[in-house]
Amino acid sequence: MATFPEYITQNEERDGVRFSWNVWPSSRLEATRMVVPVSSLFTPLSERPDLPPIQYEPVLCSRATCRAVLNPLCQVDYRAKLWACNFCYQRNQFPPSYAGISEVNQPAELLPQFSTIEYVVQRGPQMPLVFLYVVDTCMEDEDLQALKESLQMSLSLLPPTALVGLITFGRMVQVHELGCEGISKSYVFRGTKDLNAKQLQEMLGLIKPSATQGRGPQPAQQPLSNRFLQPVQKIDMNLTDLLGELQRDPWPVTQGKRPLRSLGVAMSIAVGLLECTFPNTGARIMTFIGGPATQGPGMVVGDELKTPIRSWHDLEKDNAKFMKKATKHYESLANRASTNGHIIDIYACALDQTGLLEMKCCANYTGGYMVMADSFNTSLFKQTFQRVFTKDVQGSFKMAFAATLEVKTSREIKVSGAIGPCVSLNAKGPCVSENEIGTGGTCQWKICGLDPSTTLALYFEVVNQHNAPIPQGGRGAIQFVTQYQHSSGQRRIRVTTTARNWADAQTQIQSIAASFDQEAAAILMARLSVFRAETEEGPDVLRWLDRQLIRLFMFHLRRSPFLQVFNNSPDESSYYRHQFNRHDLTQALIMIQPVLYAYSFNGPPEPVLLDSSSILPDRILLMDTFFQILIYHGETVAQWRKAGYQEMSEYENFRHLLQAPVDDAQELLHTRFPMPRYIDTEHGGSQARFLLSKVNPSQTHNNMYAWGQESGAPILTDDVSLQVFMDHLKKLAVSSAA
Amino acid sequence: MNVNQHTPMASPYGQPQPGYGQPGFAPVDGGYPAPYAPYNGPASAYQPGPPPQGPARGPPTSGAPSAPQQYSQYSHSQGDMQNGPPPMTQAPPRPAASQPYNQGAVNLSGPQPSYPQHYGPQPSMQQVTNQMTGMQITSGPPTPAGPGYDPPHSSQPPVNTAYSAAPPHSYTQAPPPASSAPTQPPAPSGPPASQQYYGGPPPPSQQPFNSSLPPTSQQQFTSHAPPLPSSQQTFPPSSYSGPAPTPSHAPAPPVSQPQQSFPPTQPPFSSAPPPNSHPAFVSGPPPPAQGSFQPRAPPPSSQPGSFPPHGSSPISMPSGQYSGPMPPQQQPPPSQLPPYHSGAPPPRVQMPPTSMAQNNHLPPGPQGPPGPPGSMQQPPPQPGIQGGYPPQQNGAFGQVRGPQPGYAGPYPGQPNYGAPAPAPAPAPAAQKRLDPDSIPSPIQVIEDDKAKSTEPFATGVRGQAPPLVTTNFQVKDQGNASPRFVRCTAYNMPCTADMAKQSQVPLAAVIKPLATLPPDETPPYLVDHGEGGPIRCNRCKAYMCPYMQFIEGGRRFQCGFCSCVTEVPPHYFQHLDHTGKRVDCYDRPELSLGSYEFLATVDYCKNNKIPQPPAYIFLIDVSYNAVKSGMVNIVCQELKTLLDYLPRENPEMDSVVRVGFVTYNKVLHFYNVKSSLAQPQMLVVSDVSDMFVPLLDGFLVNVNESRLVIESLLDQIPEMFAETRETETVFGPVIQAGLEALKAADCSGKLFVFHTSLPIAEAPGKLKNREDKKLIGTDKEKSLFQSQVGFYNTLAKECVAQGCCVDLFLFPNQYVDVATLGVVPVSTGGSVYKYTYFQALSDKERFLNDLRRDVQKLVGFDAVMRVRTSTGIRATDFFGSFFMSNTTDVELAGLDCDKAVTVEFKHDDKLSEETGALMQCAVLYTSCSGQRRLRVHNMAVNCCSQLADLYRNCETDTIINFFSKYAFRGLLNNPTKAVRDTLINQCAQILACYRKNCASPSSAGQLILPECMKLLPVYLNCVLKSDVLMPGADVSLDDRAYLRQLIGCMDVPESHVFFYPRLLPLTKFESGSLPVAVRDSEERLSKGGVYLLETGLHLFLWVGASAQQELLLNIFGTPSFSQIDPSLTSLPVLDNPFSQRMREIIESFRAQRSRYMKLMVVKQEDKSELIFRHFLVEDKSASGGASYVDFLCHMHKEIRQLLS
Repeated sequence: MATFPEYITQNEERDGVRFSWNVWPSSRLEATRMVVPVSSLFTPLSERPDLPPIQYEPVLCSRATCRAVLNPLCQVDYRAKLWACNFCYQRNQFPPSYAGISEVNQPAELLPQFSTIEYVVQRGPQMPLVFLYVVDTCMEDEDLQALKESLQMSLSLLPPTALVGLITFGRMVQVHELGCEGISKSYVFRGTKDLNAKQLQEMLGLIKPSATQGRGPQPAQQPLSNRFLQPVQKIDMNLTDLLGELQRDPWPVTQGKRPLRSLGVAMSIAVGLLECTFPNTGARIMTFIGGPATQGPGMVVGDELKTPIRSWHDLEKDNAKFMKKATKHYESLANRASTNGHIIDIYACALDQTGLLEMKCCANYTGGYMVMADSFNTSLFKQTFQRVFTKDVQGSFKMAFAATLEVKTSREIKVSGAIGPCVSLNAKGPCVSENEIGTGGTCQWKICGLDPSTTLALYFEVVNQHNAPIPQGGRGAIQFVTQYQHSSGQRRIRVTTTARNWADAQTQIQSIAASFDQEAAAILMARLSVFRAETEEGPDVLRWLDRQLIRLFMFHLRRSPFLQVFNNSPDESSYYRHQFNRHDLTQALIMIQPVLYAYSFNGPPEPVLLDSSSILPDRILLMDTFFQILIYHGETVAQWRKAGYQEMSEYENFRHLLQAPVDDAQELLHTRFPMPRYIDTEHGGSQARFLLSKVNPSQTHNNMYAWGQESGAPILTDDVSLQVFMDHLKKLAVSSAA
Repeated sequence: MNVNQHTPMASPYGQPQPGYGQPGFAPVDGGYPAPYAPYNGPASAYQPGPPPQGPARGPPTSGAPSAPQQYSQYSHSQGDMQNGPPPMTQAPPRPAASQPYNQGAVNLSGPQPSYPQHYGPQPSMQQVTNQMTGMQITSGPPTPAGPGYDPPHSSQPPVNTAYSAAPPHSYTQAPPPASSAPTQPPAPSGPPASQQYYGGPPPPSQQPFNSSLPPTSQQQFTSHAPPLPSSQQTFPPSSYSGPAPTPSHAPAPPVSQPQQSFPPTQPPFSSAPPPNSHPAFVSGPPPPAQGSFQPRAPPPSSQPGSFPPHGSSPISMPSGQYSGPMPPQQQPPPSQLPPYHSGAPPPRVQMPPTSMAQNNHLPPGPQGPPGPPGSMQQPPPQPGIQGGYPPQQNGAFGQVRGPQPGYAGPYPGQPNYGAPAPAPAPAPAAQKRLDPDSIPSPIQVIEDDKAKSTEPFATGVRGQAPPLVTTNFQVKDQGNASPRFVRCTAYNMPCTADMAKQSQVPLAAVIKPLATLPPDETPPYLVDHGEGGPIRCNRCKAYMCPYMQFIEGGRRFQCGFCSCVTEVPPHYFQHLDHTGKRVDCYDRPELSLGSYEFLATVDYCKNNKIPQPPAYIFLIDVSYNAVKSGMVNIVCQELKTLLDYLPRENPEMDSVVRVGFVTYNKVLHFYNVKSSLAQPQMLVVSDVSDMFVPLLDGFLVNVNESRLVIESLLDQIPEMFAETRETETVFGPVIQAGLEALKAADCSGKLFVFHTSLPIAEAPGKLKNREDKKLIGTDKEKSLFQSQVGFYNTLAKECVAQGCCVDLFLFPNQYVDVATLGVVPVSTGGSVYKYTYFQALSDKERFLNDLRRDVQKLVGFDAVMRVRTSTGIRATDFFGSFFMSNTTDVELAGLDCDKAVTVEFKHDDKLSEETGALMQCAVLYTSCSGQRRLRVHNMAVNCCSQLADLYRNCETDTIINFFSKYAFRGLLNNPTKAVRDTLINQCAQILACYRKNCASPSSAGQLILPECMKLLPVYLNCVLKSDVLMPGADVSLDDRAYLRQLIGCMDVPESHVFFYPRLLPLTKFESGSLPVAVRDSEERLSKGGVYLLETGLHLFLWVGASAQQELLLNIFGTPSFSQIDPSLTSLPVLDNPFSQRMREIIESFRAQRSRYMKLMVVKQEDKSELIFRHFLVEDKSASGGASYVDFLCHMHKEIRQLLS
């Protein structure tokens, strides 16, 4: 076997799994001593173009409490046509269809390279995809126009059979009936009154005919579509016109007031509508909002402009009177949606906050997207929105719906919980740990929306007692079973089975240490700390973190917007945390510790330290914070550029130099979702602050003279530099008080 | 005027009047078709003299002299009595006056119309006086009866002579004779013609009385007159000769002047009439009746009129009658009296009295006799008129009375009463001893009034009662509001609360603030007082009006209502002339007119904001029933064109009214019809529990701008719901929706709700079926008229606050609880229309016409009405479609031109005869163009310290309007029976009070009715018999609730025809004029005739079983009775004058009413005749309602009980 890093990479590529430890301590006691728990980052739909879809159903362990899927780690008795479950050791008969099985004729699921395998379930109807647009009309005409165009464009990206629906809201909420000839119909609801699904069903006249009329032989029509959700191919034109005719909310907004925006009710109605028409079917509720909810349930701010929307300051002072109620409202919506497998996306485009703090759970619980931008008329929104509909090579959307993730473990290890865009399904089982970390107490989670980069953090607990040693060479196995609705409408099951060696901490501490995956552990711990930050008071989390972990990386984590709210609005914090909690390791790393590349005449582009000392006059810096792509021209470069040298043929190299980071940035921009904010700035530019706030303030106004070097740029901050941080850390690490 | 009234002057006139009276009567009688005919006749006869004079003189008389005289006469009818003696003295003066009068007379013969009108007001006075006089006369008769008769004769002769002489001599001469006649009463020979008439009539009357109750009745009548016994006595004699006529004249107010002049002319009339009467008599026992009448008749100059109709009948009869009747009267009186008192007889007795009263007024009896002579001349005319009658009489009754009933009728009737008993040839009649012809006839009164109202009615004179609502007249606003705007129950209010209480006469005014005026009358002027707004009294806030007295050289004015002195703002200052009037008095409507409008300033607007133009919202039920019945389709089709006719003030301009559309069943559908949309948008609101308006922009639109979208919408609505299976509806949320929409648009407006069924869907205002026939007649019955839930009351209040008026069109197939659904419309000044079992085919026309009218009519929004009164009285109670949040302000979300508000006044202090009582009704409203205005109506009435004055100046139609509203509202809180009893009681008290205080002492057995109120019993009976107070088995609760609410806002003309339907014989037509109506009794229908009956809500064409083929062919295009299709709703268009005229009449009827009347063809003996009979209100009704005769007996009994 190669080195651990190679092993890790290989595993990640094949299974989408990265463990914090790749050799597991063999007893609970040892495990707790290691501080960082055995845990993994799991990307259920990591892209595997080479994965053959298996057109039959998985073979399950017959033990009722196990139901693990036949996998390459199972021992197979080809002659007896038996296989032994590697989780519960139950011996199972192969089903009749496996009669021809033999050593040379193995089904794919037994091949080692298919430790991750995907089954396509044939039974059941093909469910259409459902896209329900929930559109705010309280916005500037320009914004609305841009939004309308984006929406119209999106229709052309949908598969023809997909069902679409439209709900618009402002002061009122309108559910549009589609496909009406000669007249456009919509059902209107007051924006101040929440309705449950049953009421809504009655009011929309969606009660099944049999219920109301009791007439006998009415053909049991499949509710594949109804007046509000119809196939794109059928109402394409109609909906395009409808969108085209959308007007800004006509209710007058008096001076000094915010428009009345019934976001809470609109979302409630959207959830309710899908709830009563397409339960347990993949559906996306795409919410486009241009401002905060200002009335009804879910309002986050009053309509008086003189009262600003809550800030962290208000939250700390418990001064945000709408927050709790609104959060509760959205949480209940999120729960309802996730129960039914529906995704809620939030596209919030406004200069001020829109209440993402309150609404975050909608996206977080359902695996929905949360996108924050200044305006619908920005490429940030337009590109991001377009990218939602990206297709893979087979022409399917890179999204999956209504997924459930089930984790099965060997007896020695149990699952404590998960952190990511999921909700618990409350499935108790033998492999559920009593210790909860994140969303725990279950071995199944619902992830309503998945895309290839959606990554969950899963935490495990070694439960093997110290006095019950594991036989040498024993392996602990974990199986991830992800059932989901593919964007083609098929139900699929992806099964990933991994195993790791056990090691006795007494004897094999070195090997355990060597198996430590620093990056994965960092992200896993970061998720944990963010989770705690969300649910607990901020300062405590930092202290906890300090006590738990000591690594360079934590310096940036501490300074990141995921834990620090300074300089961020509650909405921004929610947004950042949302993104952090769902993206894969690489991206998450970037979020915590932005990467900085330097371009200069001195050589090829090189990564440099995220330190103020890297800011030199003759360099161009490209910083990627995940949310921002920033190009910073050093002082000299900026002067050159201003002087227009790049226009002169003799300075073509300078033009190339200028162009290089731009090209690289474009590349990043094209692959990233959501689309980052692209910033082009220079020394002394106002937007240079984005860079300066990220770099390690090794030179500040306090010490720059002490350093006395001309290189680098001083940062005006009171934050401690990494150097100071490390000094303290070292002190702390060796002190007995720790 | 006042002076006249107060002063004895009247008496002199009175006397003259008598003399005139006779002539007057003739005119009166003739006033109607007959009158004209007769007049013409006479005119022609007289022509030599009168006509020429008439015209020439006419004017002058009308000028100063005539008026005063008339007034005086009228006012002093009583005085007349007293004046009796003076007459003599006056007689001389009269000549001169007489000339004028003569002129008047001439006019009567020819131009009467104009005079009558002038006199019009006086007439009422005169009538009263006449009654009085009549009474007196009758009273006179008793004792002087003998003489009286003689006198009459003698008087008549004189008249005749007068006539004979008159023509040649001119009127002047004539008058003298008349006067002489009066004095001479005995001088029967004197005025042959007239006197003869009188003589004739009187005798008969006396005789009849004698024979039947007549005598008593006479006495009674006299007793009425008696108020001025002495005078009476004097009169009696004179009256016979002259007075008698006077009374009759008196009744025919206009007559007063005319009377004078009339004497000559009248004779003819009288003569003519008599004939008629005679015939009637001839036919049956009538003769005696006539006789009886005659006695009363003597006064009966008025009767002559009635007679005229009779005239058609044999003239000879009269004589016979005379001879006959006379004797009976004398004898019977004593003996009969008792009988009358006793059970059955009493009625008769009573009847006679009443009839007597009439007789007095209508000296028909007497005239009748004279008739012969007159008949000679007049007969022709009368015949023509009566022509119509005869058939009826013949047909139904055999007796001629039918037609004349009114006039001759009464008298004859009495005779009949008397006669029946005695001559009971008509055995059957025996029990119903009262001959319907003998009791006061509404038709006669109506025709009398028409006859005397020939000149424009000028409102300048305080306390002058206008012509009846059934009369066509022109109004000249001279300082008081036109009767089209304001009608009072009494034009002479008692000075003290005690008097008012004693009389029990309700003091009320029926105000129709936005009434539509006929094209020949000027609508109220719009006055702009500039930025400061209308000038008002500082204290009571009354608006500037003619009652404000300018003082201190015009620098200040004193309020006529509260006497407070207020500075005149500089910009309004004007100098005064020597009479203390502002010199610009006649340039300013508010200083010279009774009705005008002010432009309101922003201070008068809600929230101090100039109002937005109003909006109309159409809310259409699209449930299964609505679609199925075709209603949805019809409404949508109609709206496409109707929207072009939204109300506007300037016909040149487009209406600024915006429109919006909503459809609904269990949920509501709003429509966005913004002009920029390619197609309409439908917005469904299913959350009916908490109604709101889903859109703002595009809901209320300008019709022209959004025409295409609207049309597209109206095309699509029926299609969209064609297949609906939804049967449940909501109602409360529908109104809430409209209300919210208006609120959102910040404007007032009107909702047109088209609704089909009981709202049982789950929503606010949900109702349950509570129709429980078992409750009817119990104490809980009242609950059925109350709103089922409180929700609608609250909603109504909100609607009013926003100025949201609701008109409800109902298309029920079963119980919908009109009582509850109607709450909002009624409280917001809206209307309820009900089309039970709506069928597109047969009801479409009615519905569409109602809708068109309802949409097009002028409406004021967000109105507040306040009635201010002069110190001493106060408006205490209000009836109508409105809401009141305090005790003084009547709030009307909408006020249209058909809505009337009845206001009751009570004393809170003493009134003075000098200043009279003033009232000012100010209505602040938003016009349909969005302009804020104040409409002001001023009304001044007289005050009296004598009860007799009160009774002389009442208006029964208005009293009935008040009573019905009072009673119908009482149903909400009292058992039906209690309400009925209260009505009867009050009525009895009114009449008893009159009897006790105003009538001359007479036998208790006689029923004595004030002239102005002689129809009170018959009308009251109609009210009591209405479906609301006495439902038949087939009358649904909804119908009752519907009618109850409907009456609430009716004005007098409508309530009149509603309670006493108009029944026209249509066998022949006079060119240009309508045939004279007949009384609402089956007896009046002739098998061979065709009749049109109109109630304001229904229109029936009754076809007799043996109608002539030619007639049927002309009307229906088929000669066969059996081939007439009873389901016709309109007459076939046939090319013959008869058909054309029929259709014209029907159309004109429809045009008069605020609701379209669907024509129902009723064939005699057909089962649908039952419905028709329901409207023959003088008959016993199927549901147990008393016949007129029975009720009158009952009423008499009540009165006697009160008196004893």
